[in-house]
Amino acid sequence: MSAAAPLIEVKNLQKFFGSSSKPVRAVDDVSFTIQTGETLGLVGESGSGKSTIGRALLRLIDSTSGSVSYRGENLGSASGSRMRALRSKLQMIFQDPYASLNPKMRVRDILGEALQVHGLAKSKEATAQRIAELLKLVGLPPEHAARYPHEFSGGQRQRIGVARALSVQPEFIVADEPLSALDVSIQSQVINLLCDLRDRFSLTMLFISHDLDVVEYLCDRVVVLYLGRVMEVAPTEALFSRPLHPYTQALLAASPKPDPLVKSEHIPLKGDIPSPMNPPSGCVFRTRCPYAIDACAQTRPEPRDMGGGRLKACIRDDIEALTTP
Amino acid sequence: MNRLEVRNLSTFFDTDEGLIRSVADVSFNIRAGKTTAIVGESGSGKSVTSLTLMRLLPRTASTQVSGQALFVNRTGQTLDLLTLAEPQMRAIRGNEVAMIFQEPMTSLNPVFTIGEQIAESLRLHKGLDHAAAMAQALRMLELVEIPAAAQRVREYPHQLSGGMRQRVMIALAMACDPTLLIADEPTTALDVTIQAQILALMRRLQADTGMSILFITHNLGVVAHHADDVAVMYAGRIVEAAPVNNLFAQPQHPYTQGLLACLPGQQRKLAVQKDGKRRLYAIRGQVSSPLAPPPGCAFEPRCDKAIAACREAMPALRVDDAGGSARCILVPEAA
Repeated sequence: MSAAAPLIEVKNLQKFFGSSSKPVRAVDDVSFTIQTGETLGLVGESGSGKSTIGRALLRLIDSTSGSVSYRGENLGSASGSRMRALRSKLQMIFQDPYASLNPKMRVRDILGEALQVHGLAKSKEATAQRIAELLKLVGLPPEHAARYPHEFSGGQRQRIGVARALSVQPEFIVADEPLSALDVSIQSQVINLLCDLRDRFSLTMLFISHDLDVVEYLCDRVVVLYLGRVMEVAPTEALFSRPLHPYTQALLAASPKPDPLVKSEHIPLKGDIPSPMNPPSGCVFRTRCPYAIDACAQTRPEPRDMGGGRLKACIRDDIEALTTP
Repeated sequence: MNRLEVRNLSTFFDTDEGLIRSVADVSFNIRAGKTTAIVGESGSGKSVTSLTLMRLLPRTASTQVSGQALFVNRTGQTLDLLTLAEPQMRAIRGNEVAMIFQEPMTSLNPVFTIGEQIAESLRLHKGLDHAAAMAQALRMLELVEIPAAAQRVREYPHQLSGGMRQRVMIALAMACDPTLLIADEPTTALDVTIQAQILALMRRLQADTGMSILFITHNLGVVAHHADDVAVMYAGRIVEAAPVNNLFAQPQHPYTQGLLACLPGQQRKLAVQKDGKRRLYAIRGQVSSPLAPPPGCAFEPRCDKAIAACREAMPALRVDDAGGSARCILVPEAA
């Protein structure tokens, strides 16, 4: 990892929902950085806190404690007007292309609103021209600007969502499961689009997904979450070729590879994900971990530096010896 | 032996906008004790196929169903599921042929305990009294590995997690010891570690009971590991059918080839090997509207290999030497 200052720095982020006596600990002490130009993957199952982190990063929700900094500036203490100005640099692509576009607005108004709010197009003609450019950029004909969202398919709507995020020329985009509502054949079109645009505009991205194959394809580095806690952080190649944390190992083994000749000998994890209202003591994964020992219940493992840009939140270092024959 | 032989099944819906051919001329077999998977994207007709077989399409939908679904029951009789009288069909449904659905939350009744819901089918089909049916319901929950089953049997669906609910659905389906289980996207709503548990459970139950499974899914990874035979559907038709290993090793139809090529996991490895700029294969365009299907092959507008002849007529399924078939005029016919 380069020594340059990160574009985004998340420090000890916590987000609790509900009562203060027994809160839902959606995100519990998460730290990571994103370098300029990097695509960081955030993976985990439902309830792992990945979407909450994405929202807290753009201050769409306020965090309980901890900080998120953009270019060294703490977003938590930014004023309303400062935050609004920063929003043109920090954008989001949402999961559900059916719910995230206002059904009563034409595409040109959906895209034009952002341009107007941020004062990016001075005249009507300039706005129309910019909207046409944006539509072309995401592979839609400019004349579709007069249409309403219901006139588009899911893949096309997601392209409009991408165009809206790009309209204000952001530096950083949070993409929250942007592909999970799409069919496989459409998904690959949108992946290619995201890759092209990322390269063209040197975008930095936080890519939130539960689909490990997509994360492996798109991301430079990956953060693995479980029950609001970071389990492992590693460069993509390293994580997929040699996962260190037992949870990462289980997650990779559980996702079936589209090849009948690759047999997984892994025994599925037992039990359910515990409630985030009442997480296990010590390591939150220990109730399902095949390698849990008594010590796992005693102390909460903090992410430790394993070299090569890798972090692992697990007290055992002898697991690899147990798993590799 | 085939547990089910589906012959030229078609399901059309008469709508205000016109006739929609959701399922057209679909034929496949499910071998006894084996799993046949139907793979396809949204709108390909895979769920309508399963609902047609179970005769669960809403009565209010003006449907036109044709074809045959020849089912061999426990006593060796062959019955056509599509023409059976409704009382006979009711005796089979939930008994010899059971179904599990994608959404375990909406397919369980929220106002009855899970024990009562499992017991209901046992009382109806097996004639057990209430106490015996509840006792059997408890055994079914134990069979699907629900922890603290004695307590769970008295709980309501909302008290269970998604994975637990899907186990209850499986217990419900397995209660009368079916010979054919239709599973419509049974793991789509579940997390991947829970999906692995449910798939392992289904596999164990199949090995124990020898039932056949019709597995409907869009997930090619699941198909690769849990199916014996695969049928790929596109726009209401089967475009390719083959034993699972052949389908993944040598897909014949351009749509199947495209589906496999656009999976990102495989492609990154290939790209890294070639050290080139990564570019994921994408099938261009989108599925044509069912109200305005193309004149020839349904996949022709998106196919990279299409030639003029593809636009003339819907190709017939061509059978190859290895037991597979593909609906494409570019696939060589068996000698």
